[in-house]
Amino acid sequence: MTDALLAVRSLSVVSSRREGGPILRAVSLTVAPGEVHGVVGESGAGKSTVGRAVLGMLPRTMQVTAGAISLSGTELLTLDAARRRRLLGAHVALIPQDPLSALNPSRRIEAQLTDGMRMWQGASAREARRRALAMLEEVQMHDPERVMRCYPHELSGGMRQRVLIAAAFMLRPKLVIADEPTTALDVTVQRQVLRLIRDLQTRHRTGAILITHDLGVVAQICDDVSLLYAGRVLEQRRTAELLGEPQHPYARALLRATPRYDRPDQGLQPIPDAVMAACRSEIAHVDQQLDQQFDRASHG
Amino acid sequence: MPAMLRDWRLAAGGGVLLGLIVLAVFAPWIAPHDPLDQDLMAATLPPAGFAGADPAHWLGTDDLGRDVLSRLIYGARVALMVAVPAAAAAALVGTLLGLVAGYFGGWVDVIVSRLVEIWMAFPAVLLAILIVAILGSGVVSVIIAIAIIDWTRFARVIRADTMAQSEADYVTAARTLGFGRWTILLSEILPNVLPGLLALIALEMGIAIVVEAILSFVGLSVSSDAATWGGMIASGRQIIYQAWWVFAAPLAAVFISVLALNQLGDGLRRALDPIMRQ
Amino acid sequence: MAEPARPLLEVRDLVVGYRGGRTLFGGRRPAAPVLHGVSLSIGRGEMVGIVGESGSGKTTLGRALLGLVRPASGSIRFDGAEISGLAEAAIRPLRRRMQLIFQDPMSSLNPRRTIGRTLAAPLRLHEPQQARAEAVRRINAILERVDLPPAVLRRYPHELSGGQRQRVGIARAILLRPDFVVADEIVSGLDVSTQAQVLRLIGEISRDMGLAMAFISHDLSVIRAVCHRVIVLRRGEVVEQGACEAVLVRPQAAYTRELIDAIPLPVPDPHWLVPEASAEGRARRMA
Repeated sequence: MTDALLAVRSLSVVSSRREGGPILRAVSLTVAPGEVHGVVGESGAGKSTVGRAVLGMLPRTMQVTAGAISLSGTELLTLDAARRRRLLGAHVALIPQDPLSALNPSRRIEAQLTDGMRMWQGASAREARRRALAMLEEVQMHDPERVMRCYPHELSGGMRQRVLIAAAFMLRPKLVIADEPTTALDVTVQRQVLRLIRDLQTRHRTGAILITHDLGVVAQICDDVSLLYAGRVLEQRRTAELLGEPQHPYARALLRATPRYDRPDQGLQPIPDAVMAACRSEIAHVDQQLDQQFDRASHG
Repeated sequence: MPAMLRDWRLAAGGGVLLGLIVLAVFAPWIAPHDPLDQDLMAATLPPAGFAGADPAHWLGTDDLGRDVLSRLIYGARVALMVAVPAAAAAALVGTLLGLVAGYFGGWVDVIVSRLVEIWMAFPAVLLAILIVAILGSGVVSVIIAIAIIDWTRFARVIRADTMAQSEADYVTAARTLGFGRWTILLSEILPNVLPGLLALIALEMGIAIVVEAILSFVGLSVSSDAATWGGMIASGRQIIYQAWWVFAAPLAAVFISVLALNQLGDGLRRALDPIMRQ
Repeated sequence: MAEPARPLLEVRDLVVGYRGGRTLFGGRRPAAPVLHGVSLSIGRGEMVGIVGESGSGKTTLGRALLGLVRPASGSIRFDGAEISGLAEAAIRPLRRRMQLIFQDPMSSLNPRRTIGRTLAAPLRLHEPQQARAEAVRRINAILERVDLPPAVLRRYPHELSGGQRQRVGIARAILLRPDFVVADEIVSGLDVSTQAQVLRLIGEISRDMGLAMAFISHDLSVIRAVCHRVIVLRRGEVVEQGACEAVLVRPQAAYTRELIDAIPLPVPDPHWLVPEASAEGRARRMA
């Protein structure tokens, strides 16, 4: 797909610390411009690692061992560090999980919002400030002037998250990566924040990767979804299809385990051991095939 | 256990401390000479390796012909005899007050905190000198002086640690299970405060050694011709151009001991805390 | 299903405020009220959900129900006895009948104690004359009940998984066979599959032991799955309460409706994203 905004092809990441196998194995996904791709899975599935790999922010203990990531056709993994940093800084933004620790507590909001633009686009303080105010209005912040002068601790959790969303969209990025952006928020605030992200993303034709463990969130704002387990993609389809008619037994089991307030008789079914065993053997099988391919390729 | 030894801080610091203890306990058997033995015929002999050295005196002799090495070893004895009880006493008083202030809060905390603040306003070394001048010189006075001055260090740290632990859910859990307040303080909170405490005790021992050295430097420690590191530094200072080793040896001893104890404290803190970090 | 003679827990007009900070000279600033006159009741064996967002006071309410927080005014009666003004020592004998399960089992288990010691301590405290063999038997029985292997007894909290730790927390709470348990967001940090296991366990235990439970959560879907009744809390006040079906299918209060609508179900719903059309969207979903 040559018009894909982001194409991750067969990405594999290992950790030098963990003995229990790769963090990611042969993960592939594409994000079209203006669409949201959800990466969903339980904890430890490797969802955050996908985001970090795209951002080039893997911790030192992790390395990419195979695969490729391309942004608008440019291969990221083969670029030298400086050029990659420039490319990512200008075109990819992150909306992190914890708004409090993502903001510098001793700098005012204005400074933190205008940083990126001044650095990557060489904007003057005045231009950056104007854009920052405009962004704060786009994220429906009350009294943007006052907020600009505030310190992070003077704002509520929801407001801080909105500031981070504003910061992310300031540079009109091509791609936004939202890593569990609403996990720490109340459900009513979550709705507002997710609406905002969807709205901004649609309006500016920004592609997005949304990392979450919540199938409900995926259902409401993701166009495509990849279900991760133990670092592998088990199922990957349009959201409506995967949630409506899940094919993989793990996907079905996850849906059955999710409680729903409108269907009290459904949900709360723990994932049967049989399903987990089937997943593990499937993974082992796929791993074997990949290893064989690799051997053939290197000896062929 | 093996993992703990891998931390060089712990190994090095613990090793030096162990070495000091051995020297101190077995001084009469290890020291080659009597530390008080004067031999004016063999005065200011340089340490081994220098011209004019005497193989009987590895670190040379001072201006009264006393063997520097033996005096150093006996000095370790004094240092430890002061450092261990002084650190323990300061720890005991400070920890008790810190625990109580941190856990019970209220007016208890107000009183203890004000006490600590006022106490810490006094210049420590001058206070030490004053106390020893009043109580008379001797090991016991030095121990009391150090404990009296430095308990506040423990009180502050333990209080802060206790307050942090008191907020933890496991303390609330103990409360809901019906445990009494003192039981909770001693059997739930104290064990969790212990790592910091042990590290601080190691640190305090280093401080005590320095204070003892200062006191014996000014002649207020044990009797003046007994071998103490501070005393050796004092007398060595006067003949530093003729016999620099008399000054350098005890200085190095103090330095190494304090460094080792600091590392031990640091290593203990790291080693004992990760249990909770995971 | 006989009508219970009187509710196990009766709360009337409870007002709780956290103490304000100290001024320079040791006085106190006035308290900020956290609960403004909450009234509720919980019958024997009943599972009541307490739902609220942050700042609703649900955690404070949970602690107040156990006498862990001193109320400014109002009454809390546990099995007929007034506990709201009691001193720590007076309430201690009642403690074995009411327990608490915490959200974060990592911080609610003493990190320097093995699981075995953590579980044995309350037994020793409340039943000192019990023979050791009997205590061991009871602990093993409890472990089996929460589906944990006996090997767990020798482990420290940091050596267990999140789900296992949570089960230890549950085991500790039910070990003394209490009448009432407060579960404070006990599945909040867990994966969906672990959550399902823990919730099933809680439901079974509650039914088997006739345990009354106050289940605090921000997640209405979870509450619907395990509770008979639900109490909706907002900024320290009860906004609505009633049977789960009634409140969730026909909410009376606007806030309740807002709360329900905000929940993203795992079924794409275009109305969820659009602010105005919420009520219709919900009606559509429930139909």
